[in-house]
Amino acid sequence: MSDTAEKVKKIVVEHLGVEEAKVTPEASFIDDLGADSLDTVELVMAFEEAFGVEIPDDAAEKITTVKDAIEYIEKQKGE
Amino acid sequence: MQGKRGVIMGVANDRSIAWGIAQAVAAQGGEIAFTYQGEALEKRVRPLAESVGSRLVLPCDVADDASMDEAFAAIGKAWGKIDFLVHAIGYADKQFLRGRYLDTPRAAFLQAMDISCFSFVAVGQRAAALMEGGGSLLTLSYLGAERVTPHYNVMGVAKAALEASVRYMATDLGERGIRVNAISAGPIKTLAASGIGDFRYILKWNQYNSPLRRNVTIEEVGGSGLYLLSDLAQGVTGEIHHVDSGYHIVGMKNPDAPDITVEKG
Repeated sequence: MSDTAEKVKKIVVEHLGVEEAKVTPEASFIDDLGADSLDTVELVMAFEEAFGVEIPDDAAEKITTVKDAIEYIEKQKGE
Repeated sequence: MQGKRGVIMGVANDRSIAWGIAQAVAAQGGEIAFTYQGEALEKRVRPLAESVGSRLVLPCDVADDASMDEAFAAIGKAWGKIDFLVHAIGYADKQFLRGRYLDTPRAAFLQAMDISCFSFVAVGQRAAALMEGGGSLLTLSYLGAERVTPHYNVMGVAKAALEASVRYMATDLGERGIRVNAISAGPIKTLAASGIGDFRYILKWNQYNSPLRRNVTIEEVGGSGLYLLSDLAQGVTGEIHHVDSGYHIVGMKNPDAPDITVEKG
């Protein structure tokens, strides 16, 4: 797993207070990890801060799974 | 703030400006009741409230008179009287915080006015009824109330009405020693700000062009809020106090500031 993936996973575990094992790439924040709509906004803010990237609204709306977040951030960072 | 008790409305999470004020008040010994709207916010506010020793955490929907009556009745029952109130509540449909102000429909205009401006009047009525021998009411505004800032649109108009309300309420309540003020804070990346278009650009612009050459923090707004709520500001009312690194005095771009665009930030 890439550094970005590890870090994303860690942020999700901490923010949503879920077990690490549940945070699989396919896991949906809302459907599988129990996030509410404010959590999704807070997660995007946490990713922006942790990775120093900007995630505009229209991109943020498409980030619904752990994998979506990792892929978007890796693309932004040019990894 | 030892021996003072009051209500803080509008904490959403630990990035909230209201939370910055709450921490400053609690650190000086003030006792705080928190209100929230809806379950999603309740689960965020409760742990924060507990961390500053608050025992009163109540639902309060400012769009609903009965809900406000209930919340203030509960506060009155628990404490008898209060000394301060912080109103950190505003709302406009995100859809209209971009594009042209001219295109705001009636329903969105009225909702923004109701939740962002009238709610301060409505909670002011109820809070003032619980104040004896003076008190302090504080709300939050933004420069978009005075001048045009990108995308603030209907919120700017609602904040202008809110700032006017501060002046009228200060006059109405002055005889009773109740002070009414607002803090006009610089842009801060809060949950609410996530609804405003190009917010990162706005942050950068303020950082480069304000006299202090940086943005403000919730701790800094907290310190100024504490002052306005405390007896240190006994002679201050009807004031719109800018806590914005001085940005409100600026007339033109700082020539040394880098040229930035929305795309490149």
